[in-house]
Amino acid sequence: MKVLALDTSNFILGISLIEDDKVIGEYITNLKKNHSLRVMPAIEGLLKECDTTPAELDKIVVAKGPGSYTGVRIGVTIAKTLAWTLKIPLSGISSLEALAANARFFEGYIAPLFDARRGLIFTGLYKFTNNKLETIIEDCNILSVDWAKRLKSTNESILFIGQDIALHQEAIKEVLGEQAIFAPPSLFNPRPSELALLGRDKDEEDIHQFVPNYVRMAEAEVKWLETQAKKNDL
Amino acid sequence: MGEFIVKKDQIILGIETSCDETAAAVIKNGTEILSNVISSQIESHKRFGGVVPEIASRMHVEQITLVIEEALLQADVTYKDIDAVAVTEGPGLVGALLIGVNAAKAVAFAHGIPLVGVHHIAGHIYANRLIQEMKFPALSLVVSGGHTELILLKEHGSFKVIGETRDDAAGEAYDKVARTLNFPYPGGPHIDRLAHEGKPSINLPRAWLNGSYDFSFSGLKSSVINTLHNAEQRGETIEPADLAASFQASVIEVLVTKTLKAAEDFNVKQVMLAGGVAANKGLRAALTEAFTAVPDIELVIPPLSLCTDNAAMIGAAGSILFEKGKRSDLALNGNPGLDIENL
Ligand SMILES: [Zn+2]
Repeated sequence: MKVLALDTSNFILGISLIEDDKVIGEYITNLKKNHSLRVMPAIEGLLKECDTTPAELDKIVVAKGPGSYTGVRIGVTIAKTLAWTLKIPLSGISSLEALAANARFFEGYIAPLFDARRGLIFTGLYKFTNNKLETIIEDCNILSVDWAKRLKSTNESILFIGQDIALHQEAIKEVLGEQAIFAPPSLFNPRPSELALLGRDKDEEDIHQFVPNYVRMAEAEVKWLETQAKKNDL
Repeated sequence: MGEFIVKKDQIILGIETSCDETAAAVIKNGTEILSNVISSQIESHKRFGGVVPEIASRMHVEQITLVIEEALLQADVTYKDIDAVAVTEGPGLVGALLIGVNAAKAVAFAHGIPLVGVHHIAGHIYANRLIQEMKFPALSLVVSGGHTELILLKEHGSFKVIGETRDDAAGEAYDKVARTLNFPYPGGPHIDRLAHEGKPSINLPRAWLNGSYDFSFSGLKSSVINTLHNAEQRGETIEPADLAASFQASVIEVLVTKTLKAAEDFNVKQVMLAGGVAANKGLRAALTEAFTAVPDIELVIPPLSLCTDNAAMIGAAGSILFEKGKRSDLALNGNPGLDIENL
Protein backbone atom coordinates (compact mmCIF):
# COMPACT_ATOMS: atom_id res chain seq x y z
CA MET A 1 0.00 0.00 0.00
CA LYS A 2 1.52 3.27 -1.17
CA VAL A 3 0.75 6.39 0.87
CA LEU A 4 1.58 9.95 -0.14
CA ALA A 5 1.71 12.42 2.75
CA LEU A 6 2.01 16.19 2.65
CA ASP A 7 2.44 18.94 5.22
CA THR A 8 2.34 22.63 4.32
CA SER A 9 1.02 23.93 7.64
CA ASN A 10 3.91 26.32 8.21
CA PHE A 11 7.09 27.35 6.40
CA ILE A 12 8.18 23.73 6.40
CA LEU A 13 7.19 21.87 3.26
CA GLY A 14 7.17 18.12 3.78
CA ILE A 15 6.24 15.33 1.37
CA SER A 16 6.77 11.62 1.75
CA LEU A 17 5.98 8.39 0.00
CA ILE A 18 5.78 5.19 2.01
CA GLU A 19 4.97 1.64 0.96
CA ASP A 20 3.65 -0.50 3.80
CA ASP A 21 6.31 -0.16 6.51
CA LYS A 22 8.99 1.22 4.24
CA VAL A 23 9.73 4.91 3.83
CA ILE A 24 10.57 5.20 0.12
CA GLY A 25 11.11 8.92 -0.21
CA GLU A 26 10.97 12.06 1.82
CA TYR A 27 11.34 15.74 0.92
CA ILE A 28 11.67 18.51 3.50
CA THR A 29 12.52 22.18 3.13
CA ASN A 30 12.27 24.94 5.70
CA LEU A 31 12.11 28.08 3.60
CA LYS A 32 10.06 31.25 3.56
CA LYS A 33 8.89 30.47 0.04
CA ASN A 34 5.50 30.15 -1.58
CA HIS A 35 3.83 26.77 -0.97
CA SER A 36 1.22 27.33 -3.67
CA LEU A 37 3.96 27.48 -6.25
CA ARG A 38 6.13 24.67 -4.87
CA VAL A 39 3.96 21.85 -3.52
CA MET A 40 2.75 20.27 -6.76
CA PRO A 41 6.19 20.40 -8.46
CA ALA A 42 7.66 18.85 -5.28
CA ILE A 43 5.07 16.04 -5.31
CA GLU A 44 5.70 15.47 -9.00
CA GLY A 45 9.47 15.41 -8.41
CA LEU A 46 9.35 12.99 -5.48
CA LEU A 47 6.97 10.56 -7.19
CA LYS A 48 9.06 10.62 -10.35
CA GLU A 49 12.24 9.97 -8.36
CA CYS A 50 10.46 7.05 -6.69
CA ASP A 51 9.17 5.69 -10.04
CA THR A 52 5.60 6.00 -8.86
CA THR A 53 2.68 7.30 -10.91
CA PRO A 54 -0.29 9.05 -9.29
CA ALA A 55 -2.50 6.10 -10.28
CA GLU A 56 -0.37 3.79 -8.13
CA LEU A 57 -1.14 5.70 -4.93
CA ASP A 58 -3.46 3.99 -2.44
CA LYS A 59 -3.98 6.72 0.10
CA ILE A 60 -3.33 10.41 0.77
CA VAL A 61 -2.48 11.77 4.22
CA VAL A 62 -2.37 15.46 5.00
CA ALA A 63 -1.48 17.64 7.95
CA LYS A 64 -4.83 19.34 8.54
CA GLY A 65 -3.73 22.18 10.82
CA PRO A 66 -3.47 24.18 12.90
CA GLY A 67 -0.86 26.45 11.36
CA SER A 68 -0.82 29.19 8.76
CA TYR A 69 -4.38 29.44 7.40
CA THR A 70 -3.18 29.75 3.81
CA GLY A 71 -0.52 27.09 4.22
CA VAL A 72 -2.92 24.54 5.67
CA ARG A 73 -5.50 25.30 3.00
CA ILE A 74 -3.05 24.66 0.18
CA GLY A 75 -2.13 21.25 1.60
CA VAL A 76 -5.73 20.28 2.35
CA THR A 77 -6.96 21.44 -1.07
CA ILE A 78 -4.30 19.44 -2.91
CA ALA A 79 -4.80 16.39 -0.68
CA LYS A 80 -8.58 16.29 -0.94
CA THR A 81 -8.54 16.95 -4.68
CA LEU A 82 -5.95 14.21 -5.30
CA ALA A 83 -7.82 11.71 -3.12
CA TRP A 84 -11.16 12.54 -4.71
CA THR A 85 -9.96 12.54 -8.30
CA LEU A 86 -7.88 9.34 -7.87
CA LYS A 87 -10.76 7.72 -5.93
CA ILE A 88 -8.54 6.76 -2.99
CA PRO A 89 -9.00 7.34 0.75
CA LEU A 90 -7.83 10.44 2.60
CA SER A 91 -6.80 10.85 6.24
CA GLY A 92 -6.11 14.10 8.06
CA ILE A 93 -3.66 14.31 10.95
CA SER A 94 -3.13 17.21 13.31
CA SER A 95 -0.11 19.24 12.22
CA LEU A 96 0.92 19.40 15.88
CA GLU A 97 0.60 15.65 16.30
CA ALA A 98 2.86 15.14 13.27
CA LEU A 99 5.47 17.36 14.93
CA ALA A 100 5.06 15.60 18.29
CA ALA A 101 5.95 12.31 16.57
CA ASN A 102 9.53 13.59 16.29
CA ALA A 103 9.87 12.96 20.04
CA ARG A 104 9.10 9.27 19.80
CA PHE A 105 11.56 8.25 22.53
CA PHE A 106 10.73 10.93 25.05
CA GLU A 107 8.97 9.48 28.08
CA GLY A 108 7.20 12.57 29.44
CA TYR A 109 4.65 14.84 27.85
CA ILE A 110 5.29 16.40 24.46
CA ALA A 111 4.06 19.93 23.71
CA PRO A 112 4.54 20.79 20.01
CA LEU A 113 3.87 24.44 19.26
CA PHE A 114 3.54 26.97 16.45
CA ASP A 115 3.59 30.71 17.10
CA ALA A 116 0.17 32.29 16.57
CA ARG A 117 1.20 35.97 17.15
CA ARG A 118 0.61 38.33 20.07
CA GLY A 119 1.88 35.85 22.66
CA LEU A 120 -0.43 33.12 21.43
CA ILE A 121 0.53 29.66 20.30
CA PHE A 122 -1.16 26.73 18.62
CA THR A 123 -0.36 23.74 20.77
CA GLY A 124 -1.61 20.48 22.21
CA LEU A 125 -0.31 17.86 24.63
CA TYR A 126 0.82 14.43 23.45
CA LYS A 127 2.48 11.38 24.91
CA PHE A 128 3.94 8.16 23.56
CA THR A 129 2.52 5.14 25.38
CA ASN A 130 3.66 1.71 24.17
CA ASN A 131 5.10 3.36 21.09
CA LYS A 132 1.70 4.85 20.24
CA LEU A 133 1.13 8.59 20.18
CA GLU A 134 -1.76 9.66 22.41
CA THR A 135 -3.49 13.01 22.63
CA ILE A 136 -3.62 14.26 26.23
CA ILE A 137 -4.95 17.77 25.55
CA GLU A 138 -6.63 18.63 22.24
CA ASP A 139 -5.05 21.23 19.96
CA CYS A 140 -5.83 24.75 21.08
CA ASN A 141 -4.95 28.40 20.66
CA ILE A 142 -3.67 29.84 23.93
CA LEU A 143 -1.21 32.38 25.40
CA SER A 144 2.09 30.58 25.93
CA VAL A 145 2.22 31.78 29.53
CA ASP A 146 -1.28 30.41 30.23
CA TRP A 147 -0.30 27.15 28.58
CA ALA A 148 2.74 26.85 30.83
CA LYS A 149 0.58 27.49 33.92
CA ARG A 150 -1.87 24.84 32.80
CA LEU A 151 0.91 22.29 32.35
CA LYS A 152 2.55 22.98 35.72
CA SER A 153 0.12 20.74 37.62
CA THR A 154 1.12 17.69 35.55
CA ASN A 155 4.32 17.53 37.64
CA GLU A 156 5.96 15.78 34.69
CA SER A 157 8.74 16.73 32.33
CA ILE A 158 7.39 18.44 29.26
CA LEU A 159 9.26 18.58 25.98
CA PHE A 160 8.53 21.71 23.96
CA ILE A 161 9.17 21.23 20.28
CA GLY A 162 8.97 23.39 17.17
CA GLN A 163 10.98 26.12 15.53
CA ASP A 164 8.96 28.89 17.18
CA ILE A 165 9.90 27.84 20.74
CA ALA A 166 12.56 30.57 20.92
CA LEU A 167 9.75 33.17 20.89
CA HIS A 168 8.08 31.64 23.96
CA GLN A 169 10.95 29.91 25.76
CA GLU A 170 11.37 32.65 28.36
CA ALA A 171 7.68 32.83 29.28
CA ILE A 172 7.49 29.05 29.57
CA LYS A 173 10.72 28.72 31.59
CA GLU A 174 9.57 31.35 34.04
CA VAL A 175 6.53 29.27 34.94
CA LEU A 176 7.82 25.73 34.56
CA GLY A 177 11.53 26.03 35.40
CA GLU A 178 13.27 22.65 35.19
CA GLN A 179 10.02 20.94 34.28
CA ALA A 180 10.36 22.38 30.77
CA ILE A 181 12.74 20.78 28.29
CA PHE A 182 13.37 22.32 24.89
CA ALA A 183 14.02 20.19 21.82
CA PRO A 184 17.06 20.90 19.63
CA PRO A 185 16.69 22.38 16.10
CA SER A 186 17.29 18.99 14.45
CA LEU A 187 13.83 17.97 15.71
CA PHE A 188 12.00 21.13 14.60
CA ASN A 189 10.94 19.97 11.14
CA PRO A 190 7.98 17.59 11.26
CA ARG A 191 8.87 14.40 9.42
CA PRO A 192 6.43 13.73 6.56
CA SER A 193 7.19 10.01 6.91
CA GLU A 194 5.87 10.11 10.50
CA LEU A 195 2.80 11.90 9.10
CA ALA A 196 2.34 9.13 6.52
CA LEU A 197 2.67 6.42 9.18
CA LEU A 198 0.26 8.18 11.53
CA GLY A 199 -2.29 8.51 8.73
CA ARG A 200 -1.84 5.11 7.13
CA ASP A 201 -4.05 3.25 9.60
CA LYS A 202 -6.32 6.11 10.52
CA ASP A 203 -10.02 6.19 9.58
CA GLU A 204 -10.73 7.79 6.25
CA GLU A 205 -12.34 11.19 6.00
CA ASP A 206 -15.42 12.15 4.03
CA ILE A 207 -13.41 13.77 1.24
CA HIS A 208 -15.97 16.38 0.08
CA GLN A 209 -16.64 17.52 3.65
CA PHE A 210 -13.00 17.54 4.69
CA VAL A 211 -11.67 20.96 5.76
CA PRO A 212 -8.67 22.17 7.77
CA ASN A 213 -8.77 22.34 11.54
CA TYR A 214 -8.00 26.05 11.89
CA VAL A 215 -8.57 25.87 15.70
CA ARG A 216 -9.39 29.57 15.50
CA MET A 217 -12.35 31.38 13.98
CA ALA A 218 -11.77 33.89 11.19
CA GLU A 219 -11.11 37.39 12.57
CA ALA A 220 -14.21 38.84 10.89
CA GLU A 221 -16.35 36.14 12.50
CA VAL A 222 -14.96 36.89 15.98
CA LYS A 223 -15.65 40.61 15.54
CA TRP A 224 -19.14 39.96 14.22
CA LEU A 225 -19.97 37.76 17.23
CA GLU A 226 -18.64 40.45 19.57
CA THR A 227 -20.88 43.07 17.95
CA GLN A 228 -23.86 40.74 18.22
CA ALA A 229 -23.11 40.14 21.91
CA LYS A 230 -22.92 43.89 22.52
CA LYS A 231 -26.23 44.40 20.75
CA ASN A 232 -27.83 41.75 22.96
CA ASP A 233 -26.48 43.45 26.07
CA LEU A 234 -28.22 46.72 25.23
CA MET B 1 -1.87 9.78 -49.36
CA GLY B 2 -5.10 11.44 -48.47
CA GLU B 3 -5.55 10.79 -44.83
CA PHE B 4 -8.91 11.17 -43.28
CA ILE B 5 -8.66 12.98 -39.99
CA VAL B 6 -11.67 13.11 -37.75
CA LYS B 7 -11.37 16.10 -35.51
CA LYS B 8 -12.32 15.12 -32.02
CA ASP B 9 -14.35 17.53 -29.95
CA GLN B 10 -12.28 19.68 -27.66
CA ILE B 11 -13.39 19.37 -24.02
CA ILE B 12 -12.22 21.84 -21.35
CA LEU B 13 -12.81 21.64 -17.61
CA GLY B 14 -12.99 25.19 -16.24
CA ILE B 15 -12.48 26.13 -12.58
CA GLU B 16 -13.08 29.54 -11.01
CA THR B 17 -12.58 30.64 -7.37
CA SER B 18 -11.36 34.24 -7.66
CA CYS B 19 -13.93 35.82 -5.33
CA ASP B 20 -17.05 34.45 -3.65
CA GLU B 21 -18.28 31.83 -6.11
CA THR B 22 -16.85 28.31 -6.24
CA ALA B 23 -17.48 27.24 -9.82
CA ALA B 24 -16.66 24.48 -12.29
CA ALA B 25 -17.88 23.90 -15.84
CA VAL B 26 -17.29 21.71 -18.87
CA ILE B 27 -17.11 23.41 -22.26
CA LYS B 28 -17.17 21.74 -25.67
CA ASN B 29 -15.25 23.33 -28.56
CA GLY B 30 -15.08 26.65 -26.76
CA THR B 31 -18.67 27.48 -27.50
CA GLU B 32 -20.98 24.91 -25.97
CA ILE B 33 -21.78 24.56 -22.27
CA LEU B 34 -21.99 20.91 -21.18
CA SER B 35 -22.25 21.90 -17.52
CA ASN B 36 -21.95 25.08 -15.49
CA VAL B 37 -22.00 24.58 -11.72
CA ILE B 38 -21.79 27.50 -9.29
CA SER B 39 -21.82 27.44 -5.51
CA SER B 40 -22.38 30.98 -4.34
CA GLN B 41 -21.20 32.18 -0.94
CA ILE B 42 -23.10 35.45 -1.13
CA GLU B 43 -25.42 34.58 1.77
CA SER B 44 -22.43 33.89 4.04
CA HIS B 45 -20.84 37.27 3.37
CA LYS B 46 -24.01 39.36 3.66
CA ARG B 47 -23.83 39.79 7.42
CA PHE B 48 -20.32 41.25 7.04
CA GLY B 49 -21.46 43.81 4.45
CA GLY B 50 -19.02 42.53 1.84
CA VAL B 51 -16.80 39.63 0.87
CA VAL B 52 -14.43 38.63 3.70
CA PRO B 53 -11.36 37.09 2.04
CA GLU B 54 -10.56 34.61 4.84
CA ILE B 55 -14.14 33.34 4.91
CA ALA B 56 -14.24 33.12 1.12
CA SER B 57 -11.08 31.00 1.16
CA ARG B 58 -12.47 28.71 3.85
CA MET B 59 -15.68 28.17 1.93
CA HIS B 60 -13.89 27.42 -1.34
CA VAL B 61 -12.08 24.52 0.38
CA GLU B 62 -15.47 23.17 1.54
CA GLN B 63 -16.98 23.29 -1.92
CA ILE B 64 -14.23 22.71 -4.44
CA THR B 65 -14.31 18.94 -5.01
CA LEU B 66 -18.12 18.80 -4.80
CA VAL B 67 -18.48 21.48 -7.45
CA ILE B 68 -15.97 19.90 -9.84
CA GLU B 69 -17.58 16.48 -9.38
CA GLU B 70 -21.02 17.90 -10.14
CA ALA B 71 -19.70 19.62 -13.29
CA LEU B 72 -18.17 16.37 -14.58
CA LEU B 73 -21.32 14.37 -13.74
CA GLN B 74 -23.67 16.82 -15.42
CA ALA B 75 -21.47 16.99 -18.51
CA ASP B 76 -21.16 13.20 -18.53
CA VAL B 77 -17.47 13.27 -19.39
CA THR B 78 -14.56 11.27 -18.03
CA TYR B 79 -10.96 12.41 -17.52
CA LYS B 80 -10.02 10.71 -20.81
CA ASP B 81 -12.32 13.11 -22.66
CA ILE B 82 -10.79 16.24 -21.14
CA ASP B 83 -8.19 18.06 -23.23
CA ALA B 84 -7.24 20.65 -20.63
CA VAL B 85 -8.02 21.99 -17.19
CA ALA B 86 -8.47 25.78 -17.35
CA VAL B 87 -8.35 27.74 -14.11
CA THR B 88 -8.55 31.39 -13.12
CA GLU B 89 -5.04 32.42 -12.06
CA GLY B 90 -5.91 36.08 -11.44
CA PRO B 91 -6.83 38.77 -10.75
CA GLY B 92 -8.89 38.23 -7.62
CA LEU B 93 -8.48 37.53 -3.91
CA VAL B 94 -5.18 35.70 -3.59
CA GLY B 95 -6.32 33.24 -0.89
CA ALA B 96 -9.41 32.42 -2.93
CA LEU B 97 -7.51 32.01 -6.21
CA LEU B 98 -5.12 29.54 -4.54
CA ILE B 99 -7.89 27.03 -3.91
CA GLY B 100 -8.95 26.78 -7.54
CA VAL B 101 -5.38 26.85 -8.80
CA ASN B 102 -4.20 24.06 -6.50
CA ALA B 103 -7.27 21.92 -7.11
CA ALA B 104 -6.78 22.37 -10.87
CA LYS B 105 -3.12 21.42 -10.60
CA ALA B 106 -4.01 18.29 -8.58
CA VAL B 107 -6.56 17.16 -11.18
CA ALA B 108 -4.20 17.91 -14.07
CA PHE B 109 -1.31 16.07 -12.41
CA ALA B 110 -3.36 13.06 -11.31
CA HIS B 111 -4.59 12.39 -14.85
CA GLY B 112 -1.78 13.85 -16.95
CA ILE B 113 -4.05 16.53 -18.43
CA PRO B 114 -2.60 19.86 -19.69
CA LEU B 115 -3.19 22.89 -17.49
CA VAL B 116 -4.04 26.40 -18.70
CA GLY B 117 -4.08 29.49 -16.46
CA VAL B 118 -6.80 31.97 -17.45
CA HIS B 119 -7.20 35.70 -16.76
CA HIS B 120 -10.51 36.32 -15.00
CA ILE B 121 -11.46 39.24 -17.26
CA ALA B 122 -10.55 37.28 -20.39
CA GLY B 123 -13.07 34.80 -19.00
CA HIS B 124 -15.78 37.45 -18.63
CA ILE B 125 -15.18 38.54 -22.23
CA TYR B 126 -15.27 34.96 -23.54
CA ALA B 127 -18.63 34.37 -21.85
CA ASN B 128 -19.86 36.10 -25.01
CA ARG B 129 -18.51 33.34 -27.23
CA LEU B 130 -20.91 30.94 -25.52
CA ILE B 131 -23.70 33.01 -27.09
CA GLN B 132 -22.32 34.28 -30.36
CA GLU B 133 -19.11 33.59 -32.37
CA MET B 134 -16.68 36.49 -32.13
CA LYS B 135 -15.95 38.84 -35.04
CA PHE B 136 -12.72 40.80 -35.06
CA PRO B 137 -11.74 43.45 -34.34
CA ALA B 138 -14.02 43.32 -31.33
CA LEU B 139 -14.49 45.63 -28.37
CA SER B 140 -15.55 44.58 -24.91
CA LEU B 141 -16.98 46.81 -22.21
CA VAL B 142 -16.06 45.12 -18.94
CA VAL B 143 -17.98 46.36 -15.90
CA SER B 144 -17.84 44.67 -12.52
CA GLY B 145 -17.21 45.33 -8.84
CA GLY B 146 -13.50 45.57 -9.48
CA HIS B 147 -13.25 46.56 -13.15
CA THR B 148 -14.44 49.15 -15.63
CA GLU B 149 -12.49 48.70 -18.84
CA LEU B 150 -12.72 48.95 -22.59
CA ILE B 151 -10.72 46.11 -24.10
CA LEU B 152 -9.92 45.73 -27.78
CA LEU B 153 -9.49 42.25 -29.29
CA LYS B 154 -7.74 42.21 -32.68
CA GLU B 155 -7.96 38.42 -32.74
CA HIS B 156 -8.67 35.50 -30.42
CA GLY B 157 -6.72 35.63 -27.17
CA SER B 158 -5.26 39.11 -27.76
CA PHE B 159 -6.37 41.81 -25.34
CA LYS B 160 -5.51 45.52 -25.38
CA VAL B 161 -6.85 47.79 -22.64
CA ILE B 162 -7.78 51.05 -24.38
CA GLY B 163 -9.64 52.58 -21.45
CA GLU B 164 -9.98 51.93 -17.75
CA THR B 165 -11.23 53.57 -14.58
CA ARG B 166 -8.89 56.02 -12.90
CA ASP B 167 -10.51 55.52 -9.49
CA ASP B 168 -13.56 53.46 -8.54
CA ALA B 169 -14.93 50.66 -10.67
CA ALA B 170 -18.55 51.15 -11.74
CA GLY B 171 -19.67 48.27 -9.52
CA GLU B 172 -17.82 49.78 -6.57
CA ALA B 173 -19.63 53.10 -7.07
CA TYR B 174 -22.94 51.22 -7.19
CA ASP B 175 -22.17 49.43 -3.92
CA LYS B 176 -21.09 52.64 -2.18
CA VAL B 177 -24.16 54.55 -3.32
CA ALA B 178 -26.31 51.62 -2.22
CA ARG B 179 -24.71 51.73 1.21
CA THR B 180 -25.43 55.46 1.45
CA LEU B 181 -29.08 54.66 0.72
CA ASN B 182 -28.96 51.92 3.41
CA PHE B 183 -29.28 48.92 1.12
CA PRO B 184 -27.64 45.68 2.23
CA TYR B 185 -24.67 44.22 0.39
CA PRO B 186 -24.54 43.62 -2.55
CA GLY B 187 -26.20 46.90 -3.35
CA GLY B 188 -25.88 47.15 -7.14
CA PRO B 189 -29.06 45.23 -8.00
CA HIS B 190 -31.04 47.35 -5.47
CA ILE B 191 -29.97 50.56 -7.19
CA ASP B 192 -30.83 49.12 -10.61
CA ARG B 193 -34.29 48.12 -9.39
CA LEU B 194 -34.89 51.41 -7.57
CA ALA B 195 -33.69 53.44 -10.57
CA HIS B 196 -36.55 52.04 -12.62
CA GLU B 197 -39.03 53.41 -10.08
CA GLY B 198 -37.65 56.95 -10.09
CA LYS B 199 -36.91 59.80 -12.50
CA PRO B 200 -33.39 61.01 -13.31
CA SER B 201 -34.40 64.49 -12.13
CA ILE B 202 -31.32 65.30 -10.05
CA ASN B 203 -28.41 66.85 -11.87
CA LEU B 204 -25.30 64.75 -11.23
CA PRO B 205 -21.91 65.14 -12.92
CA ARG B 206 -20.56 63.04 -15.78
CA ALA B 207 -16.80 62.61 -15.95
CA TRP B 208 -16.09 62.73 -19.67
CA LEU B 209 -12.26 62.91 -19.47
CA ASN B 210 -12.23 64.14 -23.03
CA GLY B 211 -9.71 62.67 -25.43
CA SER B 212 -9.46 59.47 -23.42
CA TYR B 213 -11.43 56.25 -23.16
CA ASP B 214 -10.80 56.21 -19.42
CA PHE B 215 -13.52 56.43 -16.78
CA SER B 216 -13.88 58.05 -13.37
CA PHE B 217 -16.72 57.43 -10.92
CA SER B 218 -15.44 58.72 -7.59
CA GLY B 219 -16.65 62.30 -8.28
CA LEU B 220 -20.11 61.03 -9.09
CA LYS B 221 -20.20 58.90 -5.97
CA SER B 222 -19.17 61.90 -3.81
CA SER B 223 -21.76 64.04 -5.54
CA VAL B 224 -24.51 61.55 -4.63
CA ILE B 225 -23.38 61.52 -1.00
CA ASN B 226 -23.19 65.35 -0.91
CA THR B 227 -26.60 65.74 -2.49
CA LEU B 228 -28.14 63.57 0.21
CA HIS B 229 -26.18 65.27 2.97
CA ASN B 230 -27.05 68.81 1.83
CA ALA B 231 -30.72 68.00 1.50
CA GLU B 232 -30.67 66.53 5.01
CA GLN B 233 -29.12 69.70 6.40
CA ARG B 234 -31.76 71.85 4.72
CA GLY B 235 -34.42 69.58 6.15
CA GLU B 236 -35.52 68.50 2.67
CA THR B 237 -36.18 64.96 1.60
CA ILE B 238 -34.88 63.46 -1.58
CA GLU B 239 -36.76 60.64 -3.21
CA PRO B 240 -34.24 57.72 -3.08
CA ALA B 241 -35.69 56.35 -6.32
CA ASP B 242 -34.96 59.63 -8.09
CA LEU B 243 -31.44 59.72 -6.72
CA ALA B 244 -30.85 56.13 -7.83
CA ALA B 245 -32.26 56.91 -11.27
CA SER B 246 -30.08 60.02 -11.58
CA PHE B 247 -26.97 58.13 -10.48
CA GLN B 248 -27.66 55.26 -12.83
CA ALA B 249 -28.34 57.67 -15.70
CA SER B 250 -24.96 59.31 -15.20
CA VAL B 251 -23.05 56.00 -15.04
CA ILE B 252 -24.82 54.54 -18.04
CA GLU B 253 -24.55 57.64 -20.22
CA VAL B 254 -20.77 57.71 -19.75
CA LEU B 255 -20.37 53.95 -20.29
CA VAL B 256 -22.54 53.86 -23.40
CA THR B 257 -21.16 57.04 -25.00
CA LYS B 258 -17.53 55.98 -24.52
CA THR B 259 -18.19 52.45 -25.74
CA LEU B 260 -19.91 53.72 -28.88
CA LYS B 261 -17.10 56.22 -29.56
CA ALA B 262 -14.38 53.58 -29.11
CA ALA B 263 -16.31 51.09 -31.27
CA GLU B 264 -16.47 53.61 -34.11
CA ASP B 265 -12.89 54.87 -33.68
CA PHE B 266 -11.48 51.34 -33.87
CA ASN B 267 -13.86 50.16 -36.60
CA VAL B 268 -14.89 47.12 -34.65
CA LYS B 269 -17.31 44.53 -36.00
CA GLN B 270 -18.62 43.49 -32.62
CA VAL B 271 -19.14 44.93 -29.14
CA MET B 272 -19.41 42.55 -26.19
CA LEU B 273 -20.68 43.40 -22.74
CA ALA B 274 -18.91 41.60 -19.89
CA GLY B 275 -18.68 41.45 -16.09
CA GLY B 276 -21.07 41.39 -13.16
CA VAL B 277 -22.53 44.86 -13.76
CA ALA B 278 -23.53 43.60 -17.22
CA ALA B 279 -26.52 42.17 -15.34
CA ASN B 280 -27.73 45.77 -14.87
CA LYS B 281 -31.02 46.14 -16.78
CA GLY B 282 -30.57 49.86 -17.34
CA LEU B 283 -27.16 49.35 -18.93
CA ARG B 284 -28.37 46.51 -21.15
CA ALA B 285 -31.30 48.57 -22.39
CA ALA B 286 -29.23 51.70 -23.04
CA LEU B 287 -26.52 49.80 -24.94
CA THR B 288 -29.10 47.98 -27.03
CA GLU B 289 -30.74 51.26 -27.94
CA ALA B 290 -27.45 53.01 -28.77
CA PHE B 291 -26.23 50.20 -31.03
CA THR B 292 -29.53 49.85 -32.88
CA ALA B 293 -28.47 53.08 -34.57
CA VAL B 294 -25.23 51.48 -35.86
CA PRO B 295 -26.37 48.24 -37.49
CA ASP B 296 -22.94 47.36 -38.89
CA ILE B 297 -21.64 46.82 -35.36
CA GLU B 298 -23.02 43.70 -33.72
CA LEU B 299 -23.83 44.03 -30.02
CA VAL B 300 -23.61 40.89 -27.89
CA ILE B 301 -24.99 40.83 -24.37
CA PRO B 302 -24.69 37.57 -22.46
CA PRO B 303 -27.61 36.31 -20.38
CA LEU B 304 -27.51 37.29 -16.70
CA SER B 305 -26.26 33.86 -15.62
CA LEU B 306 -23.08 34.28 -17.69
CA CYS B 307 -22.39 37.87 -16.56
CA THR B 308 -21.68 37.09 -12.92
CA ASP B 309 -18.67 34.94 -12.03
CA ASN B 310 -18.86 31.42 -13.42
CA ALA B 311 -16.50 28.74 -14.72
CA ALA B 312 -18.10 28.33 -18.15
CA MET B 313 -16.46 31.61 -19.15
CA ILE B 314 -13.10 30.36 -17.84
CA GLY B 315 -13.53 27.18 -19.88
CA ALA B 316 -14.42 29.26 -22.96
CA ALA B 317 -11.35 31.50 -22.61
CA GLY B 318 -9.21 28.48 -21.72
CA SER B 319 -10.35 26.76 -24.90
CA ILE B 320 -8.87 29.51 -27.09
CA LEU B 321 -5.68 29.81 -25.04
CA PHE B 322 -5.22 26.03 -25.21
CA GLU B 323 -5.75 26.08 -28.96
CA LYS B 324 -3.16 28.85 -29.25
CA GLY B 325 -0.67 26.62 -27.44
CA LYS B 326 -0.72 28.13 -23.98
CA ARG B 327 0.30 25.63 -21.26
CA SER B 328 0.85 26.31 -17.57
CA ASP B 329 3.10 24.10 -15.49
CA LEU B 330 2.58 22.75 -11.97
CA ALA B 331 4.24 25.88 -10.55
CA LEU B 332 1.17 27.89 -11.63
CA ASN B 333 0.26 30.27 -8.82
CA GLY B 334 -2.62 32.57 -7.98
CA ASN B 335 -1.71 36.07 -9.17
CA PRO B 336 -3.99 38.83 -7.82
CA GLY B 337 -2.40 41.45 -10.08
CA LEU B 338 -2.30 39.45 -13.32
CA ASP B 339 -2.05 41.67 -16.43
CA ILE B 340 -4.44 40.86 -19.28
CA GLU B 341 -2.14 42.26 -21.96
CA ASN B 342 0.70 39.79 -21.28
CA LEU B 343 -0.98 36.42 -21.25
ZN1 LIG C 1 -15.74 38.63 -12.20
